[in-house]
Amino acid sequence: MPSPFSVLSLLSHATGRSWERQWRDAQPKPAYDTIIVGAGGHGLATAFYLAHEHGIRNVAVLDKGWLGGGNTGRNTTIIRSNYLQPESAALYEHALKLWETLSQDLNYNVMYSARGVLMLAHNHHDVQVFKRHVHANRLAGIDNEWLTAEEAKDFCPPLEIGGHTRFPVLGAALQRRGGVARHDAVAWAYARAASAMGVDIIQNCAVTGIYRGPDGAVMGVETERGPIAAGRIGVVAAGHTSVLMGMAGLRFPLESFPLQALVSEPVKPVMPCVVMSNTAHAYVSQSDKGELVIGAGTDAYTSYSQIGGLHVSSETLAAICELFPSFRRLRMLRNWGGVVDTTPDRSPIIGLTPIPGLFVNCGWGTGGFKATPGSGHIFAATIARGEPHPIAAPFSLDRFADGRLIDEAAAAAVAH
Amino acid sequence: MLLIPCPWCGKRPENEFRYAGQAHIARPADPASVGDEAWAIHLFLRDNPKGRHTERWRHIHGCGRFFNAVRDTVTDQFAGSYKSNEAPPA
Repeated sequence: MPSPFSVLSLLSHATGRSWERQWRDAQPKPAYDTIIVGAGGHGLATAFYLAHEHGIRNVAVLDKGWLGGGNTGRNTTIIRSNYLQPESAALYEHALKLWETLSQDLNYNVMYSARGVLMLAHNHHDVQVFKRHVHANRLAGIDNEWLTAEEAKDFCPPLEIGGHTRFPVLGAALQRRGGVARHDAVAWAYARAASAMGVDIIQNCAVTGIYRGPDGAVMGVETERGPIAAGRIGVVAAGHTSVLMGMAGLRFPLESFPLQALVSEPVKPVMPCVVMSNTAHAYVSQSDKGELVIGAGTDAYTSYSQIGGLHVSSETLAAICELFPSFRRLRMLRNWGGVVDTTPDRSPIIGLTPIPGLFVNCGWGTGGFKATPGSGHIFAATIARGEPHPIAAPFSLDRFADGRLIDEAAAAAVAH
Repeated sequence: MLLIPCPWCGKRPENEFRYAGQAHIARPADPASVGDEAWAIHLFLRDNPKGRHTERWRHIHGCGRFFNAVRDTVTDQFAGSYKSNEAPPA
């Protein structure tokens, strides 16, 4: 088990002691109490809270690739909770409150930085929608405020607000507690803390089937490395959820799309906050390494390719250059895609499935990173108790049949 | 950018088209007799396969017509396209 991080451990390692491995690269055992499919942030957080809060430590987290190699390592690391509907506000605010103390709770610096998320309004419709969000959020006790264009410029000096630009800024909604965190560190922190409590994290172990008993309940999974038995299975597989659910004979209200992001060459600090523009379809922040981290849109068509069309990122860059003329001469360093699972109402599905013992946490679409701690926390409670956590309850699969949809098409900043 | 085979116009660049989701989803013939579960299946459940997918496109900046196509969702390669009233190729 790794020693806790502290000033003393830093000093002793600085004098030549090499750092030990922070989590075990476990080999699969024949059986576990619970299997989590997917070693991304949400899956690892689920395993951590199962062990930490519910005493369920005989847990395996399986991944077809490497830890944090899917959407956890591919997103633009934005954190905010200014969603419209009360159910979503409760969910994302639960996560935001966990973010605020996560580094201390996990003894690992996840570099959460509440630098503010500024959402730009470019037309009359945007102004109305964002003001509605501001009011709804404040009624729910969540910070969100309206800024005039001049106030937005004061908050984010490189922003161009002049009336002659292609995307004039009419104002902006600002959530000051929003910000960014280091995405890889979140996966590593949960992996380290979960592993220390006995959770097995098993990489390169794709699930190829789901076993069910005569009563229909799950009995375990078939993997590339042989069968593994478990009475409870939690699927946290993002873009591949439909594929895994298909192994259990279920169809889900999900479609998988490639979503792109890209980073520029590193420069000195130029960007003090996160800026999002739903209408121009661009969002940008600056990492601590100095790269501008830019999020583009999804492709129009479903795909598992983890590559998006170049015209999609080109349109985003064109918008960024209009909004931030000083960025025009920056070169892009690399771009990539992730496969996101979107639901018809742009809200996640968290909870039970029609198959006993099979739980699912999916449908986070284009905005799952911000919810990582809260998602893991309520999903662990759902698996441990066999019934939905109160915050998860409205996000059940049943809502598509009974019509209680949670429409967040306007709050989910990526248009699709 | 995909090069999409329109059955009427031939191969054209993707930005002339709109994607219209999974093909061959039929609205229930007698909606009044259909329960909530069946409506949910019709409205929301999709195959979302990793591999061969039959899907609708509309050549909105071309001939304006809807058609169906078969595409592999891993490679994004089109296996072909066909008219809306035709059955998918085997």
